[in-house]
Amino acid sequence: MSHSANGSVNYLNHSKGIKSWLFTLDHKRIGVMYLVAVSLAFLAGGILALLVRLELLAPGETIMTADQYNQSFTLHAVLMVFAFIIPAVPAVMGNFALPIQLGAKDVAFPRLNLASFYIYLIGGVIVLSALISNRIDGGWTFYAPYSTSIGNGVLYVTAGVFVMGFSSILTGLNFIVTVHKMRAPGLTWNRLPLFIWSIYATSIVQVLATPVIGITMLLLFMEKFLHIGIFDPALGGDPVLFQHFFWFYSHPAVYIMILPAFGVVSDLMGTFSRHQVSGYKFVALSSVAIAFLGFLVWGHHMFVSGQSAVSSIVFSLITYLIGIPTGVKVINWVQTMYKGSVQLKSPMLYAIMFLFTFSIGGFTGIMLGVLAIDVHLHDTYFVVAHFHYVMMGGNVIAALGGLHYWWPKMFGKMYNEFLAKIAAVLVFIGFNLTFFPQFIMGAQGMPRRYYDYLPEYTIYHQLSTYGSWVLGAGLFLIAGYLIASFFNGKKAGLNPWGALTLEWTHTTTPPDHHNFHDTPVVTRGAYDFHLAKHLFESGGEVTELDLGGDGAATHESTVTTEPVA
Amino acid sequence: MGDNGSVWLPDPGTALAGEVDSLFWFVFWTSTIIFAMVIAAKVYFMLKYKRKSEQEVPQPVEEHKGLEAVWIVLPTILTLIVFTWGFDVFVKLNSAPPDSYQINIRAQQWSWEFSYNEGATSYTELYVPVGVPVKLNMTSADVIHSFYVPQFRIKQDVVPNRYSSVWFQADEVGEYDIHCTEYCGTQHSGMNAKVMVVSEEDFAMWIAEQSQDLPPAVLGEQVFAQCRACHSIDGTPGIGPSLQGIYGETHTFTDGTSAEVDDDYLLESIVNPMAKVREGFQPVMPAGFSALSQKQLDGLVAYIKSLE
Repeated sequence: MSHSANGSVNYLNHSKGIKSWLFTLDHKRIGVMYLVAVSLAFLAGGILALLVRLELLAPGETIMTADQYNQSFTLHAVLMVFAFIIPAVPAVMGNFALPIQLGAKDVAFPRLNLASFYIYLIGGVIVLSALISNRIDGGWTFYAPYSTSIGNGVLYVTAGVFVMGFSSILTGLNFIVTVHKMRAPGLTWNRLPLFIWSIYATSIVQVLATPVIGITMLLLFMEKFLHIGIFDPALGGDPVLFQHFFWFYSHPAVYIMILPAFGVVSDLMGTFSRHQVSGYKFVALSSVAIAFLGFLVWGHHMFVSGQSAVSSIVFSLITYLIGIPTGVKVINWVQTMYKGSVQLKSPMLYAIMFLFTFSIGGFTGIMLGVLAIDVHLHDTYFVVAHFHYVMMGGNVIAALGGLHYWWPKMFGKMYNEFLAKIAAVLVFIGFNLTFFPQFIMGAQGMPRRYYDYLPEYTIYHQLSTYGSWVLGAGLFLIAGYLIASFFNGKKAGLNPWGALTLEWTHTTTPPDHHNFHDTPVVTRGAYDFHLAKHLFESGGEVTELDLGGDGAATHESTVTTEPVA
Repeated sequence: MGDNGSVWLPDPGTALAGEVDSLFWFVFWTSTIIFAMVIAAKVYFMLKYKRKSEQEVPQPVEEHKGLEAVWIVLPTILTLIVFTWGFDVFVKLNSAPPDSYQINIRAQQWSWEFSYNEGATSYTELYVPVGVPVKLNMTSADVIHSFYVPQFRIKQDVVPNRYSSVWFQADEVGEYDIHCTEYCGTQHSGMNAKVMVVSEEDFAMWIAEQSQDLPPAVLGEQVFAQCRACHSIDGTPGIGPSLQGIYGETHTFTDGTSAEVDDDYLLESIVNPMAKVREGFQPVMPAGFSALSQKQLDGLVAYIKSLE
């Protein structure tokens, strides 16, 4: 595909044939394979979402039966959460960009990295076949005893999620070791791109939280086959215990989903403002702090479950400990533009959009963390809207920004910037039209996971369904021009955005198979644009690598080894 | 919804719901104001600091410690206020007055059963007296359900094998929706009922009426309320077959056998629904109905027989 336009030898064309891809140990190729896999999962999950919205266009039966509806929203959720959002940013962009940003030739354990990809695929196949061959409904939370009362399907799904979890654990482990051991000379912790910091924090959560889903699965199997009462009240078990186990994994998993987005947005805000990311140390370290605190708030999903009121109160309080640093980060990102040099290219549009949608997700999260208000809003559409604003308005919007940002480097082609801007506007309008009415109907009392609803909610459901069409149109447009760019996209330059991280300043486009000819030496922080003025002197697009040797830059950077704090 | 409802919240039906709303509006407006400020700053910076030339490389900005302190301290104070306020109202939501009138609720797929200490039982309507604190003691016969009355701003999961409770004191006579908000299967969205808030006199009259010995078919009609989510009485098939005029018919089952619909068959199909599954239908009927009393079962059979 790409090598015809790019005469040079690069990671995409240095070896050919399907085997050279399936058995590749190159982190960039593995990243591309993940991109294909998660895109397919997103497509399938997205089509299901459109069907679910279409069913809800009017009360009563529209296009499917209650059982089909219940299974559709469940499949949508499981695909989106486990097969798409969790791996999307870390496995695609992390794999592609993290080792290069560190100045490494690959991750620490390339074979393990390839194994992670296949483990992810196997887990995905187990989950999908379990979902298709069994009657599984009730959403991705699988609360006992309902989930265990409808057959063994939930056992296979948790088994599949557990297998996918191993992929998550191994990728996390790989990245942690890579960040610790393989940074280029001069790349101190204080100079790391914030994308690395956020992937690093995510990796910690992946390694520590994912085993819990394995424990839960073992307990489910023990209950099913040895009849030891753990969750099932008929055997003397406690169904609320299942919720504790579930959220002990799944709440940290929420941070696996959102922390990488923080990293992408930080890189985008810095690069497209050509400015230091405001509060660099705070943004970096609060990601790690949030990763740990994320383990202590699972009970805020359970205020009305029957857990003790005292627990609920403690969980509510700790929830704010996470809320405040997250809010401060948003202010930092906004502040990055202050006295900067802002360029509104399509990746930046997504970062700007993120600040809007993610903030709404954050503020409504504060609302839901308030004990007395949560009693009213819990398990209504307000919650559905809230987590879509965080997961989609946060993670997916940031991932789209990241995809538009790294696409030229990945494939050596530019997409159509005009279409990209139109698509970004469609996504923004469609997203808000889909999910904002859900806040209102939720606050009015519309419960979630409802096939049928009272006539007074019709208008909100209709708006939401119309919004899903606009959103779908925007996403299909993106898929269209990205694929088209493969075949007739303009050749991408070395550093079209004028970014300062190593994948832009020290590698060809697309990167060489081994990333670098010589180990790069890092002389400045990831966002020290004022120390790299020489790159921008020509006034056009940055078309030269910055392979050091610039005495002035080196000299200046020794004066300010630490980024201005 | 109601007269005093807003775009966001339905008309509050209790004094405590009003307190929840005040808190909601406090969080809503502080959030909206801060959000508007952040977005305004974002748009202003975006336009004001637009890149003017490709050579432009701005200098880093000296960070302003005082300003940073403001946006760490201010949100901390605000969140502590809403936490404390939310905590206070939450405690009230969890503390039923000791003199509350108590009603037992048993939830099962996909209906509610309300039992009164005076002996009355109702299914689709929860009758309560106005102006009296009412405490609901709830348990589930099968999976987890959740009892939700949007206008009262109360919600509590109903869990098998344990009791949970919730309370309210309705201020005005009227009807209020009850929804199940914990996913419980095919007819989850049909697991609705109504709170009927009536005057104390009307309530006393209703209780007296309910507690009389009813003819079996009339009792059966009341019990049948919890079957309506799946079984119609007008011939339209639902999740389960319609029960109109089935007595005396011969039915074919999924295993190929067939039998005539008589009293024994009806009783068996209620207490052990998987024994004979009618052809063309899924084996999805919950088993929980075996917990009905003999009198209720007799009533149901009599009622179904009477359907023509």
